[in-house]
Amino acid sequence: MFAPSVLYIALLIGVPFILAVLYAFSDARIGSTGFHYVGLENFRSILHSPSFRKALRNSIVFTLCAQAIVIVCSNILSIALEKPFRGRGFIRFLILLPWVAPVSLGTIGWKWILDSIYSVITWVLVALHLYKPYSAPMWLGEPHLAMASVILVHCWRLIPFSTVIMLAGRSAIPREIPEAAAIDGAGFWRTLFQINIPMMTPILSVAVLFGIIFTFTDMTVVYILTAGGPFDSTQTLPSLAFATGIAGSDLAAGAAISLFLVPVLVAVAYLMLRIAHRTEVT
Amino acid sequence: MERAALRKSGPKILKILVLAFFTVALAFPFFWMLIATFKQNIDLYTVENNPFLFNLPPTLDHLRFLFTQTRFLRWLGNTALVGVLVVAITLLLALPAAYALARLTGRWGERLGIAIFLTYLIPPTLLFIPLSRVVAILGLQDSIFSVVLVYPSMTIPFSIWLLMGFFKSIPKELEDAAMVDGLSRFGAFIKMVVPISVSGILTVVIFAFTLVTQEFVYALTFISPESNQMVGVGIPIFLVRGDVYYWGSLMAACLVASLPIAVLYNLFLDRFIAGFTVGSVK
Repeated sequence: MFAPSVLYIALLIGVPFILAVLYAFSDARIGSTGFHYVGLENFRSILHSPSFRKALRNSIVFTLCAQAIVIVCSNILSIALEKPFRGRGFIRFLILLPWVAPVSLGTIGWKWILDSIYSVITWVLVALHLYKPYSAPMWLGEPHLAMASVILVHCWRLIPFSTVIMLAGRSAIPREIPEAAAIDGAGFWRTLFQINIPMMTPILSVAVLFGIIFTFTDMTVVYILTAGGPFDSTQTLPSLAFATGIAGSDLAAGAAISLFLVPVLVAVAYLMLRIAHRTEVT
Repeated sequence: MERAALRKSGPKILKILVLAFFTVALAFPFFWMLIATFKQNIDLYTVENNPFLFNLPPTLDHLRFLFTQTRFLRWLGNTALVGVLVVAITLLLALPAAYALARLTGRWGERLGIAIFLTYLIPPTLLFIPLSRVVAILGLQDSIFSVVLVYPSMTIPFSIWLLMGFFKSIPKELEDAAMVDGLSRFGAFIKMVVPISVSGILTVVIFAFTLVTQEFVYALTFISPESNQMVGVGIPIFLVRGDVYYWGSLMAACLVASLPIAVLYNLFLDRFIAGFTVGSVK
């Protein structure tokens, strides 16, 4: 009875994946049906391209920075949200908006907030006399600020997701354990680091692993916010694969670039399996 | 005395500050969409105006423009149609698969279940290049049926995973009793198991539907004509009109499209999270 599902998934995930590998070793282009084996030629040329190196570096940097910020913030936020209070449902809805609304639409909201002329952030900075009118930086127009903006939007989107996962983990800690610790004289920090965090490690890792996949393989945020610019400074592997493979018609090179996502995906899948296995045993 | 009072209320005040900060930061882009939706153009585009205030009376012009002068409604219709078809395909394939896997005892059932869950981690950005070729060969390019075909490959794995959990909690004796009474295994499944699992099925329906509304990469790659767009791609790509000031209607579109999806997703979020956490919370 699971044959149809397995077949569907095999045809639409397995076959394209094999095609991606084949393309990466070929000269496939949009518009031509020719298909020649060219060996490692695509890999050689992309490894020499400065855009690719920037994209690889950015994918790693964006993922690491975003995850670090997300873990800290969502931990703090989940502590604040843990106990019931009046209006908690509504506050939770507002906090979750970035995650539950379509990411492409939320990102446009940020594009308006970070607009080169009408940015509200610029207005506030000018109103506080930190910048003179018309001299504030262009948030998406300067390489480092654009990179920071992409990381900011990733954090904005992932904090809610990570927070709910941590809330689920927190609610699973038996109440007696922190209570016993409190009686024994453990303070807030001690309880946090020696009880809550160790007990939440499995679920914390799930949140981090999903977060890594969502940031590392994301193209939507970069494509809408900066389209990889200025000067490729925010290009990531997926956005470069799109720019090369679809917009630039070079399917082969695009496929080769996107294959660089695979090692990270395999590592994450392996770690997920280990977590699933461990919780199964205990 | 004062210090004691501070020690008592200190954490509470801190908690309120944390919640206030994150709520404002996370919900702000949507608040900002709301403001832009109702602002007159002259007000939006005067740098000196306080952007937090309505310096001129609010207007419905942007909403009127959005619903009468753009393809916005058409995109919503496309998205709804694709959503319904994808939900149907997902249920048709995932229900029997999940049921079979739930009843498949021993390690193999578990392993196959986890393998299917892991395919959910494969991102569109890995497969969109070969799939664009597949879609072209099938003659589905530029048609909404391209995404109707591909999206179930993203919804089926997670749906099987969620439904498996539901079916496992239903005692096997229930079906056995029904089969003793003369029903076939399929009949027992339809008459006994499905009615009890309504809430699980509903969870899958909402999951598949919201995923359709949130996906960006495949829709962007496969469909180019303006009138065949899905809402998540149509808004960022086609509502930007050259140099003309368009932010009012763009923000209105984001808000109108996001909120219903956000509310829907939010209602079922806890169930999705239970699925995401791979049983690392018991």
